[in-house]
Amino acid sequence: MSGTILEAEDFAVARGGREVVRAHELRIREGEALAILGPNGAGKTSLLLALATLLPFAGRLRFRGSSIDRPLAFRRRVAVAFQRPLLLDRSVRENAALGLALRGVSRRERDQRAHDALVRLGVAHLAGRSARTLSGGEAQRVSLARALAVGPEILFLDEPFSALDAPTRETLVADLARVLRARGVTTVLVTHDRDEALSLSDRVAIVMGGRLRQIGDAASVFATPVDSEVAAFVGVENVLPARVVSVTEELTTLRVADHLVEVTADVPAGDDFPLLCIRPDDVIIAREPGPTSARNALAGTILRLEPIGRRVRVLLDCGFPLVAHVTVRSARELGLAEGDVVTASFKATLPHLLARHRAA
Amino acid sequence: MELIFEGLREAVARILTLDRDLLEAASASLVTSGSATSLSVVTGVPLGAALGLGRFRGRGLLLALANTGMGLPPVAVGLFVAVFIWRSGPAGQLEWFCTRQAIITAQYLLAAPTIVGLTAVAVQSIDPMMRLQLTALGATRLQSIALLMRESRLLILTAVMAGFGAVISEIGASLMVGCNIKGDTRILTTAIALETSKGEFGAAFALAFVLLGIIFALNALTTWAQQRARPQ
Repeated sequence: MSGTILEAEDFAVARGGREVVRAHELRIREGEALAILGPNGAGKTSLLLALATLLPFAGRLRFRGSSIDRPLAFRRRVAVAFQRPLLLDRSVRENAALGLALRGVSRRERDQRAHDALVRLGVAHLAGRSARTLSGGEAQRVSLARALAVGPEILFLDEPFSALDAPTRETLVADLARVLRARGVTTVLVTHDRDEALSLSDRVAIVMGGRLRQIGDAASVFATPVDSEVAAFVGVENVLPARVVSVTEELTTLRVADHLVEVTADVPAGDDFPLLCIRPDDVIIAREPGPTSARNALAGTILRLEPIGRRVRVLLDCGFPLVAHVTVRSARELGLAEGDVVTASFKATLPHLLARHRAA
Repeated sequence: MELIFEGLREAVARILTLDRDLLEAASASLVTSGSATSLSVVTGVPLGAALGLGRFRGRGLLLALANTGMGLPPVAVGLFVAVFIWRSGPAGQLEWFCTRQAIITAQYLLAAPTIVGLTAVAVQSIDPMMRLQLTALGATRLQSIALLMRESRLLILTAVMAGFGAVISEIGASLMVGCNIKGDTRILTTAIALETSKGEFGAAFALAFVLLGIIFALNALTTWAQQRARPQ
């Protein structure tokens, strides 16, 4: 990866006279895939559309170091694919070549480039078909091929998989991830799906309540959210009020309800009452307590077992509520049932501490 | 019943022998209504597209006027055009009263609002996100409008056919401003009225069959175009 390709500063987007999203600073690096992640209505689509100059904005937007004075010229160097395929009532081939036709590319060249893009998305065999006869997944592949055919310097994707069924979505996400990585296309993806963001992006920007709340590489944002709202959104279900008991070079000891918990995370400066964040996936459930390397082991009663896809969400009462995720198979093999007393353990290296005053 | 059968027999005979009066009236109808519709297409389709896609001051008023215009009574239009081109009227120096130009003008005023209004509806029926997608693909404003019009071509064709259908079957305005002159401004509808008033039902039936045939052929053409565009 090299320098910044797109840079927004003091960037704000208003719709219907109301500011819907603001970002103090957002830099998109050349060759990276950035996911703009946030709940519905957070303002992430407005942010993406404004970055693509499809919505008016306030603030500064620079492309390769220069202000964007001619939006049309900028739009002809980038591409956007939306949630719905938005294909014209023409053949697949003509749709895939549309962006090139609008740029005045010769017929021979655009046919070749459209064909190459259709091949990359696995829909070249549909080239002669009318776009109106395609399935949702096929149409979205053609839409993505149309965007890639123009050879965009930045590809903006606005929830392009959200209208697809799960199996179609999973296949398409995998295929697109392969295409984008192979070509090193700078990509900005809007999504509310954490798995999509992890599959397709190098960095993640969290947008909540119309504000860019956190940006960083995907692993660090998911592991160390900046506040309790972001933590909840990125799947950290356990955000527990704690009190610092002692701090040594190796470990920090905290009191959570009546339990002492040891962590290696740094205590936020000057905050003796931080929030302890533990991902449900980091909590291990066992029938009996036993010797492990985990520094923290708590007895807890199972209050609820909730299947969520391939996992089971286990809500425990350990003197405070604690959520763990286990596989369906583990839950079955352990014979977990509501009312059972089990041992929940987690390593001291996994939790993250948040300053209490930053909690929303 | 005898009267009806006799009339039908005569009508068939007139059609099969290509009766001169019949052909003249059919030709006059096609020329005047075709010209009025063509003028309405040239001016009304771009205006309808602008009203459907544009966001400008007065757009709502223009759309309301177009919608009102779709229900204009032909005799009111005939009266307005007649006064306008009357020898002593504002456009009297054109000497269009009792000419085909007068009929074309009146029919234009009847067809244009239909074409404007239905074209606006046609382009508005396209997914609003499509316009954003075209802009995102690097389309200029003109390229977007052209693509959106092409995308709604079947509905625009329906608008044009509705405009043509409205004027080829109207009588009030054409009679008032064209004067029903044989071999010149006598069109199918005015001829049917005249022959019926004289009790010449055979001639009236023949004219009516030709008029119905034209309308049927146009509707068949529109239907064929619509069905052809359906995905297989």
